[in-house]
Amino acid sequence: MADPRTHRLRLWTSAGTIAVLVLAVLLVPPLVQFDEQAVDLSRKLLPPSWDHPFGTDDLGRDLLLRCVHGLRISLLVGLVAALVATVVGTAVGAAAGALGGRPDRWLMRLVDAFSSVPHLLLGIFVVALFRPGVWPVIASVAVTHWLSTARIVRAEVLSLRGRPFVDAAVSGGASRWRVAVRHLLPAVLPQAGLAAVLMVPHAMWHESALSFLGLGLPSHQASLGNLVQNARSSLLAGYWWPTLYPGLLLIVPTLAVAGLAGAWRDRLNPRRRSELTL
Amino acid sequence: MTRRLPWGAMARMTGRRALAAVPVLLGVTLAVFAVAEASPFDPVKAYAGTAGLTASQENLDQLRANLGVDRPLLTHWWEWLTSALAGDLGDSAVLRRPVTEVIGERLGWSVLLAATAFAVALALGTLLGVLAGRRRGGLVDRAVSSAAYTLEAAPAFWLGLLAVWFFALKLGVLPAGGLTDTGSDTVTAGQIARHLVLPALVLGLSQLPWFFLYVRQGVGDALEEDPVRGARARGLRERTVLTGHALRSGMLPMLTLVGSRVPELITGALLVETVFSWPGIAAATVTAATSVDFPLLAALTVLATAAVLLGNLLSDLLYGLADPRAGFDG
Repeated sequence: MADPRTHRLRLWTSAGTIAVLVLAVLLVPPLVQFDEQAVDLSRKLLPPSWDHPFGTDDLGRDLLLRCVHGLRISLLVGLVAALVATVVGTAVGAAAGALGGRPDRWLMRLVDAFSSVPHLLLGIFVVALFRPGVWPVIASVAVTHWLSTARIVRAEVLSLRGRPFVDAAVSGGASRWRVAVRHLLPAVLPQAGLAAVLMVPHAMWHESALSFLGLGLPSHQASLGNLVQNARSSLLAGYWWPTLYPGLLLIVPTLAVAGLAGAWRDRLNPRRRSELTL
Repeated sequence: MTRRLPWGAMARMTGRRALAAVPVLLGVTLAVFAVAEASPFDPVKAYAGTAGLTASQENLDQLRANLGVDRPLLTHWWEWLTSALAGDLGDSAVLRRPVTEVIGERLGWSVLLAATAFAVALALGTLLGVLAGRRRGGLVDRAVSSAAYTLEAAPAFWLGLLAVWFFALKLGVLPAGGLTDTGSDTVTAGQIARHLVLPALVLGLSQLPWFFLYVRQGVGDALEEDPVRGARARGLRERTVLTGHALRSGMLPMLTLVGSRVPELITGALLVETVFSWPGIAAATVTAATSVDFPLLAALTVLATAAVLLGNLLSDLLYGLADPRAGFDG
């Protein structure tokens, strides 16, 4: 069992990391008056140094700037995809839980059917037929991510249905719709919100995998996955830094969000402190 | 354990699952056709390729009629389904060969890669899980657990590329990809083994965190239970307690759930086979997707779904065997 100090440390490192990343993607692109796409072959494939902390790529572009831009695109796609998936998942889960009976069984059967196709494969299938563009990528990530939210929200609604305040509203003559919107939805939103936050890194991972396979974003909208894909020829020539840094930038947000979620759970339930310390 | 296996209950469960799988698989195939119908993708242009740019409208219409793409969705789907049941999955547009031939040729390589990766993950995960679970919260546990969470967050394709850089380029000890050495016509077991090491290691590492965390949890919990305390009180050696008591009860839940890892394994294989140009079906899926080879892509999607359902069944059967309270009712 870790002591409270370690827990606070973990919470603040996670929150601080997320704050730094978000500030970087928000501020650096508008503030730095420098074209991250500008080609300068005299500076190509320079190793990491003070001038270029992440080095430069095979066209002489600064990799730190390219990575910040890539993170910005990956984060944006991940956020939108997570948002769409959360709205769909909450709607399906709430409908299944509130309606019960046959609609519930059919909706859950649908969720099971979607879960039985491996997620990346389903994503690849959707993107292959609808590409190119950003929206097919967002749709293919969203279509594979709403399932867990639907299950969580349905379970929450089912447990709420038997609570006294819902009974009181029903016996007070409130309509089904009113009960759903005024009493059930506000109660499930925190759960759905937490699920959405946890979903963002995973959605980013999905997008980068699709982009790496050449099925994701077009190369002028270089996400972190595109950067790794573009770095393949440099890697095979022995230059490691164009591959290393974009991948690290995919790992860091995942760990930070996981750390934050762990701290949040501990706060809600201090007796079951998770033993994970990063 | 020499009790009789409940063959009857297991067979009934398998039968029920097979019946339940029929509507799921039908639904997936129908959805695959419906998505293709709704997409802007035109199979005639894809089939004609660059020749389609110069072909006359008459020729294109002729091709359209030959391919039968103007038929309604349900007719198209039904024809595909009936010929699929007769063993004909159509022809791959990009490889210009029957889909069944492509799958038959590549399935073996994918199974070899996946099985080796599973063995790697199982062995390493068990070893590290016991070491970490022995003293949870200790130094070894904290180090290995942190590494496992980091590894879980690392994209498999990125790990693969870094492995290529380190082992194939920097050290030059292992081949960077493919199945055989370039310029070699014959496939020998030694060459395959050498080419298998890196992809299997990377795929295994990408699956390792799950195995490790499960064994760690199981062993850690088992160490606090009465049988282990009893064994300690009887003065058994620490090794006997760990491997004979804690590991046995700690590993059981993990082993029974291995079947449910099929989706993650397929996801990993899609990325790892692409990085290492491994000639398996996952790499073929990516090729089929980049060139919108619908017959191949549809067949592989359905095949993957069947594999997932089969894995779930296996997992539930093993679970029922390991824990009689769970039974075979699902």
